[in-house]
Amino acid sequence: MRNVGIVGIGQVPVAEHWDRSLRDLSAEAVISALHDAGDPNPGALYAGNMLAGELTGQENVATLIADATGLLPIEAIKIEAACAAGGAAIRAAYLAVASGAHDCAVAVGVEKMTDHFNDAVSSALATAADADYEAGHGVSFVALNALLMRRYMHEHRVKREDFAPFSVNAHRNAACNPHAMFMDEISVDDYMASPVVADPISILDSAAICDGAAALVLCALENEGTFPKPAVRLAASSCATDTLGLSERRDPLRWQAVADSASTAYKQAGIGPIDIDAFELHDAFTIVSALTLEACSFAEPGEGVRMATSDAIRREGSVPIATMGGLKGRGHPIGASGVYQAVEAVHQLRGTAGEAQIPDARTVMIQSVGGSGSVAVTHIFQT
Amino acid sequence: MQLPRYHRLRQSFYRLEGSRCENCEKAFFPPRKLCRECHSPDLGTYLFTGTGTLYSYSQMNQSPRGFANVGPYAVGMVRLDEGPLIMAQLTDVDGVDLRIGMPVEMVTRKIQENSAHGYIVYGYKFRPLLSNTTEALFSSPDAVATT
Repeated sequence: MRNVGIVGIGQVPVAEHWDRSLRDLSAEAVISALHDAGDPNPGALYAGNMLAGELTGQENVATLIADATGLLPIEAIKIEAACAAGGAAIRAAYLAVASGAHDCAVAVGVEKMTDHFNDAVSSALATAADADYEAGHGVSFVALNALLMRRYMHEHRVKREDFAPFSVNAHRNAACNPHAMFMDEISVDDYMASPVVADPISILDSAAICDGAAALVLCALENEGTFPKPAVRLAASSCATDTLGLSERRDPLRWQAVADSASTAYKQAGIGPIDIDAFELHDAFTIVSALTLEACSFAEPGEGVRMATSDAIRREGSVPIATMGGLKGRGHPIGASGVYQAVEAVHQLRGTAGEAQIPDARTVMIQSVGGSGSVAVTHIFQT
Repeated sequence: MQLPRYHRLRQSFYRLEGSRCENCEKAFFPPRKLCRECHSPDLGTYLFTGTGTLYSYSQMNQSPRGFANVGPYAVGMVRLDEGPLIMAQLTDVDGVDLRIGMPVEMVTRKIQENSAHGYIVYGYKFRPLLSNTTEALFSSPDAVATT
C-alpha cells in the first residue's frame, strides 16, 4: 500500500440553502477542492451521501457530481454508510490511491435536507436504524439516542446539565468558523431552557437539519511535489461495524464499532490517544460525544461526561474536540459531515484554522459514526 | 409498512417469536439465522414470554412520518426475562412515573394506520406489569362489580 496525502480541500458554508440544489452544492465543493490542489485530473470520485434517494428522489449521485464538475468519464461511485457516509467516501478514495488503482482521487460529501418538513427528514434519518424492529415501531433516530442518554444518566449518576459543556464548547468553536451554521455562542442556561425533542434530549443536544457539501483531493504521497501545496498525510484509515439494532448490543453504552475503528487507527498510525492534538468526533448528540470519548480510550466508562465538565474538551484543553464547531455547531449535513471534519483537520494541520487554530497541531483524528454506533470510520491526519 | 413486509414480520410482531441457538442456548430477538455468540447455524424458533423490565425510556415529542396520528408517545428498551433487549413503544403509561427497572409486559396494540393502503399494522408494545394489580382486583369481592 502506498502512502496517501490530502492536497486539496473545498467546502461550502453549512446552512439552510433553500436557493441551492444538491448538484449546485456538491459541484462548488469539488471545484473548489480541485482548484486548491492546482486543478489536477483525478482518476476517481467517491461521493458520500445518505439521503438523496429519500429526500431528493435522486440516486446515481456520484455520476451527477462528475457530470456537473466536468470530470466525465471519471470512475464515480456513491458511498453510503448512513451518517458515516462522508468518512466512508474518504476511505474509498484512500483505498483507491493507496492500492495504486488511481494516482489521484476526489472524496466529496453532500447532503440536501431542507426541502422537507421535519417528519419526512425524521423518517429518512430513521433508515439508518433497523427498519423492521426500530423505525417500524415509530422509534425515531433522536429517540434511540435519548434512550442511550437516559440509561447513561442512570448508570453513571450524572444529570442532564452535565452534558451542556459539549454543546457550549461546540458553539463557542463554531463562532470562529465562517463555514459554520451556528456562529452564536450559547450558555448553560440556554442549553437547559431549550425545547425537548425526545426526553432527555433537547434541541441543544442535537445537530440541526441543514445542507452542505465538502470535498478533498487525495494523491499518492510520492507525487506530492506535483501539487502546489504540501500534502497532509493520512496516517490511518479504518472502518468497523456493530449490530444494526441498538437493542442487540451486549452493552448499548459500550460503542464497540467506534472502539474497534479507533484502536485499529491508533495501531496503523503507531500512536495512542495521548498523541492526538485535536479530535473531530461525531457529536450528532451530546451523548454520542460522551460514549465516543470512552470508546476511543480518552476516558474510562462513565468519565466521558466528566471530561466535558472539566473543560478538557475545549480548544486549550488536553483533548480539544469539535474545534471548528463539530456537528453541533458547524452543522451536520449527514453524508457530508465526515468530509467537513477532514477539511477542518487539514486546516488545523496547515495552520489555516484562523481563530479556531490549535497551536502546534501535528496529529488530528476524525471519526464518522453511522446509525446508533453501528458503523464507525476513523481517520488520522499528520503533518 | 408495506403489506408483504408486514406479513413477513407477523410472527415476531404478534407473539414475540425469536430464535434460540440449539448449540449454546442463547436466545435472540429479532430472530437470527446465525448465532451471534457461537456462529452455529442451528437455530430454532423461540417464543418469548413477553415479560421483562424497563432498561430505558423516552417520551417522543416529534413523530416520524406515519406515526403522527399516534404521537406524542413513549418508547422504551425492555430487558426481556429471557435475556435479550427489545425496542418498542410503551403504552398505558399516562400518569405513570416511568422508572428504569420497573416490570413491564407485552401487549398487542395498533402500531401504525396506513391510510394509503387501508390496513392497520398491529404488533407488540409494552405496558407496566398489570398481573399483580389484576389479581388484587379479582381477589377482592367488590372489584368485579365496580370495574
